[in-house]
Amino acid sequence: MEKNGNVLVTMRNIYKSFPGVQALKGVDLTIKKGEVHGLVGENGAGKSTLIKILMGVYSNLDEGQIFINGKEVEIKSPIQAQKFGLTAVYQDVHLAENLSVGENFFLGEMPVTKGGFIDWPTINKTSHEVLKELDLDIDPKIPVRKLSTAEQAMILIAKIVRQESKLVIFDEPTALVTKEETEQIFNLIRKLKKKGVGIIYISHRLEEIFSICDVVTVLKDGLEVDTLPVSETQQESIVSMMVGKSVDNTHYIEERKVGKKILEVKNLSKDNYFKDVSLDLYEGEALGFYGLVGSGMASVAKSIFGGINYDSGDIFINSKKVKIKGPVDGIKHKISFLPEDRKNEGLALSLDVATNINLASYQNISRGGFINLIKEKKNARDYVDALNIKTPSLKQKVINLSGGNQQKVVFAKWLCGNSRIFIFDEPTVGVDVGAKFEIYKIIENVLKEGSSVILVSSYLPEIFGLTDRAMVFYEGESMGCVSKKDYDEEKFLNLASGVQSSN
Amino acid sequence: MAEQKTGINIMKKMKFSLPTEGVLGLILIVLFIVLSISTDKFLSVPNLSNLARQTSIVGIIAVGMTFVIVSAGIDLSVGSVLALGGIVGSILMRDGHSIFLSFTAAVGVGIIVGLVNAFVIHEMKVTPFIATLGTMTIARAVVMLVTNANYISPLPKSFIKFAADSYFYIPTLTLIWLIIAFIAFVISKYTRLGRNIFAIGSNVEAARLSGINIRTNTYIVYIILAVLSSIAGVLTAGRLATGLPMAGQGYELQVIAAVVVGGGSLFGGEGTIVGTILGALLIATIGNGGNLLGVNPHILNIIVGSLIIISVYIDQLSKKRR
Repeated sequence: MEKNGNVLVTMRNIYKSFPGVQALKGVDLTIKKGEVHGLVGENGAGKSTLIKILMGVYSNLDEGQIFINGKEVEIKSPIQAQKFGLTAVYQDVHLAENLSVGENFFLGEMPVTKGGFIDWPTINKTSHEVLKELDLDIDPKIPVRKLSTAEQAMILIAKIVRQESKLVIFDEPTALVTKEETEQIFNLIRKLKKKGVGIIYISHRLEEIFSICDVVTVLKDGLEVDTLPVSETQQESIVSMMVGKSVDNTHYIEERKVGKKILEVKNLSKDNYFKDVSLDLYEGEALGFYGLVGSGMASVAKSIFGGINYDSGDIFINSKKVKIKGPVDGIKHKISFLPEDRKNEGLALSLDVATNINLASYQNISRGGFINLIKEKKNARDYVDALNIKTPSLKQKVINLSGGNQQKVVFAKWLCGNSRIFIFDEPTVGVDVGAKFEIYKIIENVLKEGSSVILVSSYLPEIFGLTDRAMVFYEGESMGCVSKKDYDEEKFLNLASGVQSSN
Repeated sequence: MAEQKTGINIMKKMKFSLPTEGVLGLILIVLFIVLSISTDKFLSVPNLSNLARQTSIVGIIAVGMTFVIVSAGIDLSVGSVLALGGIVGSILMRDGHSIFLSFTAAVGVGIIVGLVNAFVIHEMKVTPFIATLGTMTIARAVVMLVTNANYISPLPKSFIKFAADSYFYIPTLTLIWLIIAFIAFVISKYTRLGRNIFAIGSNVEAARLSGINIRTNTYIVYIILAVLSSIAGVLTAGRLATGLPMAGQGYELQVIAAVVVGGGSLFGGEGTIVGTILGALLIATIGNGGNLLGVNPHILNIIVGSLIIISVYIDQLSKKRR
């Protein structure tokens, strides 16, 4: 091993296979001190496998070596990884929610007084200092569950700062946070960098890679495509390396013909969630919902489907007033709802692809309680083919598919019913670039067939690219509806942050 | 190197692609062969039909328990419900009512207990473990109050004969078990109800948002199980020729063990009727064979306990690989 004082971690010629899949086929990765190293690739490219090897989750490599500070090591468990100074921040932050910020800092190594009791003064004082050092205005005594997702992420980062890690892996830390919070997380990363900590940064948002990383490694199908300084490349070339072909980054829509009004919502309200929301939706039209975290737009969308109950207001479908008290009613009125959190709300992960695709349609393909197995299989086959879902068989458990393919299974579930109104809540979160464009195409096809779409998204390019009109939400209220010709980034951001209202 | 790797891959694949049912079946066959060779009595009609009868009672309840466990629930009240159903049926028969009426009454008892269980779980949002721990205690207490802790007899000769009878060497009780298991198998594989139960157990929120009625299905699984437990109670009374107030004590653990050894996951979404049947048979065969070999019954319990842990451990291992 070369004696390069700057090199922190080297992974050399890493091979790792799972039954039926060769996940990594000889990947090299070198992280230097004080370097932010981006790791990109489509879902299934091998990013998480690589990271989990480093974190000791997968200990038996088929082949390959890992060096830390020039010394060859074997990382056999997460605890060992921690001892080597390796830590990770995942998008779903795992903290002990009922314990305070300070307790979380010291979890597993609580300082005790001579009498054997917990030394609260030290905990509070040290926690306070760490938070102050990072300019975080958070009280160390409050329980973690009271903090926002982003704040929790920052607490985790602060904990890492305290532990003096050598290498920190960030796995999509910004997936669930707002733009401002992203900037705050970036500031923390920069501070870690200054301390000489090595950083691996994983994100599907390439603009983030370009604003925070020094070097980027692109993986595809378990192979390393290239590693190069961010300053010497552009987003377009990274994207084409990831998908292996050049793609047009922007998504254009054709002029849409809209039909008659299909949905009308009047003064929909739910205490503590949203207030007096009214909207119209026409056949073949895509209506966007835009807002920041906490805007309440997702709750509005969910309650139109019946996923949560509204307190007051009216919903009309085809000009007829309807009562929607649960998802059963929503489905009866031909409404579909694709939830943002596909793992917790969209999929039965331990069941197979065929069951998941048919999950909302069994009433249509059964008689006297018995399922028509031929139709069940045909539905599944048709949608696996139509949406290009990559699965070895219809009997494969959904948990074994990649994120993008899982999301397509949720799409298939709703497309295979007979819905006319499709509500998509953040349909491309955590989905890789290739699958993202396929999902846009699916949405486009839904509209072409004359169905209507409500697209809930906190990602503006998606709203601009796909919708005909968009409503902007702020603190549970609609700040106004903008039509396509008036789409403008600044306007949306102003509305979404409550700076101005359009009417 | 490359060849070696594919070799390993194929081996891993084979290991994991052999389903729980296959493994259990193999173990059972081996156990049968070993016991047939090492003891004179194992492979005899009286012993095998006794084994079958013993297994049938637990097996009938385990079929219902499979649905509950697949739906991510649990029911500890089954042993007490067995006693309650058995006592109600026995009292009716002792007082000269028909066998049919006794079974009908037992079904009624099952429906009521199932309704209460599901109500406490779904409407009152008490976790299934605690809810059924409560009804387990209550049902047993009701049995004691009704019987004053005395057994109920005599039962009609025709009924006792029915419970002890065999058709083509297959005990009646076992036939009833197989019929119930077959119906349950069909439900689990080919009906909406079956799919709904699996979906709820796998992810209740995804199931709800897919338009599956959680309430209805929760009531159905707990009622099915309580009805089967109650019917098993009447059959137990027939087998023992008396209605015993302490019947079925500790059965909840045997039943849950059968489902778990058969591949059911207490986290829900996993489990099969065939696996449960094999699990019940395996546990019973270990007990029976051990007795014949003169193994200390406490040692047998150690073996069964270890079996439960090992089967869940293997299940965890196969899940961990991704």
